[in-house]
Amino acid sequence: MNQAAVEKNTVRRHSGEPSEGRSGGAFPAERIEIVSEEGAGGRKTMYLQMGPQHPSTHGVLKLELELDGETIERVVPRVGYLHRCAEKLGERDRYVQAIPHTDRMDYVASMTQNLALCEAVEALLGLEIPLRARLLRVLLCELQRIASHMVWLGTHALDLGAMSPILYCFRDREEIQDLFEEACGARLTYSYIRIGGFYTPPSPRFFSWCREVLNRLPEKIDSYEALLTENPIFIRRLKGVGYISAEDAIAYGLSGPVLRGSGVARDIRVDEPYAAYDQIRPRVITRDEGDCYARFLVRMEEMRESVRLCREALEALEAAEPGPYLAENDLVVPPPKEDIYQDMAAMIRHWIIAIHGFKVPEGEVYRAVETPRGELGVFVSSDGSGRPFRLHYRSPCFVSLGALERMAKGGMLSDLVAIIGSIDVVLGEVDR
Amino acid sequence: MLILFLKTALLFGVLLTAIAYVVWVERRVLGVMQARLGPNRVGFGILATLPVVGRLFRFTKETRLFGLGQPIADGLKLFTKEGIEPAGVDPWTYRLAPILGLLPVFLGFAVVPIGPDVPVLGRIVTTQIADLPVGVIYLLAVGSLGSYSVVLAGWSSNSKFSFLGGLRAAAQMISYELPMGIAILTVVMLTGTLSLREIVAAQGDIWNLFRFPPFLILAFVISTICAVAEANRAPFDLPEAESELVGGFHTEYSGMKFALFFLAEYAHIFLGGSILAVLFLGGWNIPFIGTLAKVLPVLLNPWVYWILGVLSFALKVFAYVFFCIWLRATLPRFRYDQLMNFTWKVLTPLAAFNLLAVAVLGKLL
Repeated sequence: MNQAAVEKNTVRRHSGEPSEGRSGGAFPAERIEIVSEEGAGGRKTMYLQMGPQHPSTHGVLKLELELDGETIERVVPRVGYLHRCAEKLGERDRYVQAIPHTDRMDYVASMTQNLALCEAVEALLGLEIPLRARLLRVLLCELQRIASHMVWLGTHALDLGAMSPILYCFRDREEIQDLFEEACGARLTYSYIRIGGFYTPPSPRFFSWCREVLNRLPEKIDSYEALLTENPIFIRRLKGVGYISAEDAIAYGLSGPVLRGSGVARDIRVDEPYAAYDQIRPRVITRDEGDCYARFLVRMEEMRESVRLCREALEALEAAEPGPYLAENDLVVPPPKEDIYQDMAAMIRHWIIAIHGFKVPEGEVYRAVETPRGELGVFVSSDGSGRPFRLHYRSPCFVSLGALERMAKGGMLSDLVAIIGSIDVVLGEVDR
Repeated sequence: MLILFLKTALLFGVLLTAIAYVVWVERRVLGVMQARLGPNRVGFGILATLPVVGRLFRFTKETRLFGLGQPIADGLKLFTKEGIEPAGVDPWTYRLAPILGLLPVFLGFAVVPIGPDVPVLGRIVTTQIADLPVGVIYLLAVGSLGSYSVVLAGWSSNSKFSFLGGLRAAAQMISYELPMGIAILTVVMLTGTLSLREIVAAQGDIWNLFRFPPFLILAFVISTICAVAEANRAPFDLPEAESELVGGFHTEYSGMKFALFFLAEYAHIFLGGSILAVLFLGGWNIPFIGTLAKVLPVLLNPWVYWILGVLSFALKVFAYVFFCIWLRATLPRFRYDQLMNFTWKVLTPLAAFNLLAVAVLGKLL
C-alpha cells in the first residue's frame, strides 16, 4: 500500500466510514455482509475483528463483530484456524491410530475424547469390556472433568479480570496431571484408553495417590468459590449476561453445562450410560437462569459431583477382583508384551493386528460421551476393513459457538468475553 | 534557586527509582499471593567483580538479591527496543501521548509535602518543591491532564482496540474526578485551606481520617476508590483491559514509548497514595510523636524528626501501593457501564451527601 492509500485509509477510518480494504483481501464484504454504514436503526456501526490473535478468544477463534459503541450488534465466529484433519486422518489410519488424533481435539480433556472413539468402535465390534476397565474409565474421565473445569475456571476468571484464580487452578490441576502421568506416562495427550480397555494397567501406587488427591480436592474447590462465587463484581459481570432460554438451547443443539445451565436436565452419562455410568450414577446438575452465572454454578457443582463419582469409582475398583484391564478378544486386543517375545502364536497375532489392524464388522454407529464441554458424538461407518470408512466427530463447542450471537447480541464487548468463557471453548475441538 | 533545583532533581531521581522498584515489589507480592515466585533471577552478579566489597560481602556470580536487578534489566530492555510505529498512525500525537502521560504526574508531585522542614546551613528548607496556596486545586487540575494522554494514544494509534480503550479511559477518568473532588472538598472545608502544607500541619494532633467519624472515613474510602480508578488499576483497569481490548490504549505502543505509559501508571499510583496520605492520613506526621519524645528527646532533633517524618509518609504511600497490588490479585474487572453507574449513581451522590453532613456537623460542633 502506498503512502497516499495509507493516508486515505486512516482518514476514512477515523471518520467512522468503512475502509475499502475490507471488500477485497481478508473479509470479502459480499460474503460476510457485516459492514453496514447504517446499522440497525440507522446508526453507524463499527466493524471489529476480534482474533484469531486475541488474549481471550481461547486460542485461534476469530470473531467478526459489528459494534454500536460497545454494544454488540452482530457476532460471526470464524472457525478453522486450528483445523488438523482429525477426521480425515482417522479414516486414513487404522482404528488404533485414530486415537492420538482425538487427544489433540479437546486437548484440555483428552481422556474423554479417547473414550468417545473407543466406545463407538467397541460398540461396532460388540466387545465385552471388563468391569474394572469400565470403572477405571469412569474414574479417569471424572478426574479429567475436574481438571478441565479447573482450566475453564482459571481462564474464565482471567477473562473477567481476576488474575489469581488461573494460577491456583493450574497448580491444582497439576496434581491431577501428575496422577495421569503415574497411570499412563503422559500428562496432556494420553491415548491411554484403547479399544478394548487400557493399553497398560495403572501402577498400584496410582490408587492410593488418587485417594489422596481426591481428599484434597473439595477443599480446593471451596477456596475457588470463596474467591469468586460471592464476589459482587464477579456476580455483576455474569448475572443476566449471555442469557439463552431452554427452548433456544435445545433448538441450537447445545449440550453439556451450557444446556444444563438453561434448566434442561440432559446428561449423556445418565440418559445413555456408557462405561460404568450405569453403576455409578451421576446427579444431573441444572440451573434455570440460563445466564453465564448459572453456567458457572453448574460447573462448580459438577466439580464437586465429579469428586464424589471418583470416590465411588475408586471404591468399586478396589473392591473389584484383580485382572487385566483389557477385553479378552484375540482378534482385536494385542497380546501382552511378554507373550509376544516368547510365544510364536502371540507374535503372529501381534503382527497382524499391528500391520493390518483388526477388522471391524460392516455397519454404522453413533456413540456420544459427556465430555466436560458437552456431548461429544462419534460416528463411525465401517466397510468391514481395518480402517474406518467414515469417521465424524460432533463436537460440543462447535455447536455452542453457533449460539454465540444469540447470547451476545445486545450485550457489551466485555460480555462477549464472559460468554466465550462460559461456553468454555477449546478451539482444537471446534476445528478438529 | 540552587536548593530548588537540587530538590527537584532529588525528588525526580527518588521517584523514578521508587517506581522502578515498585514494579519489582508488585511482581514479587503478586507472586506470593498467587503461589509462585515472581522475578527472582536477575541479580547483581557484577558486584562479585568489585575488589573489596565483593570479597567482603561474599558476592558471587550467583548473587541474585531476590531479583533486585530485574527493574534495571527491564528498563534496559525497554530502552533499547525498537519503537515500532504502525502504519497509519498520527505521528505527532502518537509520540506526544506517552510524554503527556508521565508529565502531569511528575508535575503533581511538585506540591506534595514529603517531610517536615529541616535547617540546612542555617536556612529552613521545606521538603516540598513548591507550596502553592491552591495546591489541592492544582493537584486535581494536573491529575486530570493525564486523561489526554490516554485519549490521544487511543485515537492516534489507528487501531480499534486502542480507540475503544481511549474512549473508555476518557469517560472513566473524567467521571472519577468528580467524586474525588467532592470527597477532597470535605477535607478542604475542615481545614479551611487549599495549601497542602497547611493541611498537613493542621493534622498534627488528629488525622483528618478520624475527625467526625464516620464521615471522613467515608470520604477517605471514596477518595481511595477514585484514586485507584484514576490510576487505571484493577478492578477499574478497563482502558487497558487485556482480556477484551488486548492492551487497550497502549496496544500499538512498544519500546520506550510503552515504558513511559508503564511508568506513568505506577507514578499515578504513587501520586494517588501521596494525595491520600497528605489529605487524610496526616502526611508526614508521626503518630504519638509527642508522647514518645517525652521518653526519647532525641526524636525532636530536626534531622531525626525529618527522617522519621519522611519514613512515615513513605510508609503510608507504600501501604496504599500494597493495597493496589492486593486489589489486583483479588478482584475481577468491572464492566464499562457498571463502572459508570457506580460512580454516577453511588459514589457521586454519596460524596455529596457526605460533604453536606460534614458541613452541617462542622457548623454545629
